[in-house]
Amino acid sequence: MKNKFIKNITQGIENLLLHKLRSLLTMLGMVFGVGSVVAMLSVGEGAGKAALDQIRKLGSHNIIINSQVDVESMENTSSMARVNNYGLTWSDYDRMLDVYEHVKTVVPAKLIRKSARFNERNQELRIVGTNPEWFDLVPRDLLTGRLISADDVEKKNPVAVLTETGARKILAATNTVGQVINLGGDAFEVIGIIRSDTSQGGSVQMTDTETDVYIPINVARSYFGDLYVKNTSGSRIMEQVELHQIIIEADDIDHVESTANAIESMLGRFHKKKDYAIYVPLALKRQAEASKRTSNIVLGSIACISLLVGGIGIMNIMLASVTERTREIGVRRAIGARKSQIIMQFLIETVVLSTIGGLIGVLIGVTIPIIIEKMSAMPTVITLWGVMLPLSISVIIGIAFGIYPAIQAANVDPIVALRHE
Amino acid sequence: MTETLVKLENVKKIYKMGTETVNALAGVSLEFHAGEFWALMGPSGSGKSTLLNILGCLDQVSEGSYYLDGINVANMNDDQLSAIRLKRLGFIFQSFNLIPQLSVQKNIELPLYYLGWEDHDSAQRAKLLADQVGLGERLNHRPTELSGGQRQRAAIARALANDPQVILADEPTGNLDSKTGHQIMEMLIDLHRQGKTIIMVTHEPDIAQYASHQLHMKDGKIEKIEK
Repeated sequence: MKNKFIKNITQGIENLLLHKLRSLLTMLGMVFGVGSVVAMLSVGEGAGKAALDQIRKLGSHNIIINSQVDVESMENTSSMARVNNYGLTWSDYDRMLDVYEHVKTVVPAKLIRKSARFNERNQELRIVGTNPEWFDLVPRDLLTGRLISADDVEKKNPVAVLTETGARKILAATNTVGQVINLGGDAFEVIGIIRSDTSQGGSVQMTDTETDVYIPINVARSYFGDLYVKNTSGSRIMEQVELHQIIIEADDIDHVESTANAIESMLGRFHKKKDYAIYVPLALKRQAEASKRTSNIVLGSIACISLLVGGIGIMNIMLASVTERTREIGVRRAIGARKSQIIMQFLIETVVLSTIGGLIGVLIGVTIPIIIEKMSAMPTVITLWGVMLPLSISVIIGIAFGIYPAIQAANVDPIVALRHE
Repeated sequence: MTETLVKLENVKKIYKMGTETVNALAGVSLEFHAGEFWALMGPSGSGKSTLLNILGCLDQVSEGSYYLDGINVANMNDDQLSAIRLKRLGFIFQSFNLIPQLSVQKNIELPLYYLGWEDHDSAQRAKLLADQVGLGERLNHRPTELSGGQRQRAAIARALANDPQVILADEPTGNLDSKTGHQIMEMLIDLHRQGKTIIMVTHEPDIAQYASHQLHMKDGKIEKIEK
């Protein structure tokens, strides 16, 4: 039985090889259909994965609150030189720490732009003043040295953790733990270097850009204060901000969104202006997943249409083939072939045709994303199901569109067929 | 007397052509014995082709019974008729009807393929039969590379592949020149001598002369039988 099946397939292939050009042309619909589906899926998957990676880095348990200048005061202060007071406060921080039962960790951060100096090198960069817990919530590999410790905070040690790129830019070397650099006029000891975050882009603005320097938060507070001067196009703007960012970690993924809502309403009560913005990576993740699903549905529909067109093309040719081979069918029936055997013969031919078309399509569909990735920075991901799905659809299309011509073939009256010219 | 192999009892075949009905066979009863060589004669429209189709289990009777080797095949379904054709019958056609994309060997093997023979066995049998009809050197040729006579010999080899009880030939010399036609008839005579039962439709009297029995049809009925 199995032997016979293989024989049927080889016979089908032999038959198709008799009309090489025709078989090839018939296959083209399938080739392009499957090829485009595989390519589209891998590009879609890649984009989705990039977005999800970005969000995953922010932490799925985390709630991120940034200080921002509210729209109203931005308009008012643009021409005036006065102190613009906005953003998150230490009281906010304390309330978050105390009030909410599902809050596991609260990490405050001050983000200050200062120039860093080492020997003759000068580099403007961002200083992140924060607590040791920061590195738990936004994990990074420690390349050398150590991270900021609770002891550093307690003793107000002037220590700094650099990123790999930051270290290279300022120190012109990577392994320079123990060096002393000058940040905004004060001396800091480099205690550790963490891995750079190489991925770029994404829908969420991340706090740690490539050259961030991390120092204990209370050191930042006492060295640099809460008052910042911004020089923008001639005018000076004074800003007073206590905390630029607070990251909250919830104890359970199920409590992230409810906690975020509670905190949002709390902030709404205590802030007169909307001078903060809340990001919930989990919600963004859900959004990204939903949009990925939508795009999959859209791509899937387009793909189905193109495969349908391919299938109709195959059916068309098979119907022509049945007419052309009416005599052959008559002979086979006269010799004693059952109707079901004729159906199998033609069905196998169609399925072989569509499957080979599908396989060629997969080859093309796998090549395109590789080229795309080489030519542009767009990430693509070829998944097993992204290949198997279109391939199995091509087999199903072969069966679905082959069954009608095959039945037509089987219903040929052998008496008429044998006289057919 | 040898055993009765083919027996028709009052067989009728009625075709409906629109509103009109055509009695292709209007009550035919006959008995053929094993080892006989019958020629079915008659003008076109006499019903001889319909009779051959029924005898060949390609068509079914409208009324009456048809016993082949004692089995009533009149009420069999399509699959059962296919099985009868496959195991008991061999066909030879006017236009040879070899499958053009298959080699001579594959054409001869075709009945064995449907019988489920092993590749090795059917290849051996195809060679044997090809030698028998003088095509031993042409096994790998395509039908289009053969002459008319060679094609009909290949078709005869194919008809013999399943060692049929009855060989049905529909104007086997109709597409051949008279010299080749007579060569083919010699081959059928040989088979007849070996004890094969052959039923042949022809309208050429000199071809019918080869047969041991002649049956003349007219208007769907048997006109006369000559032995």
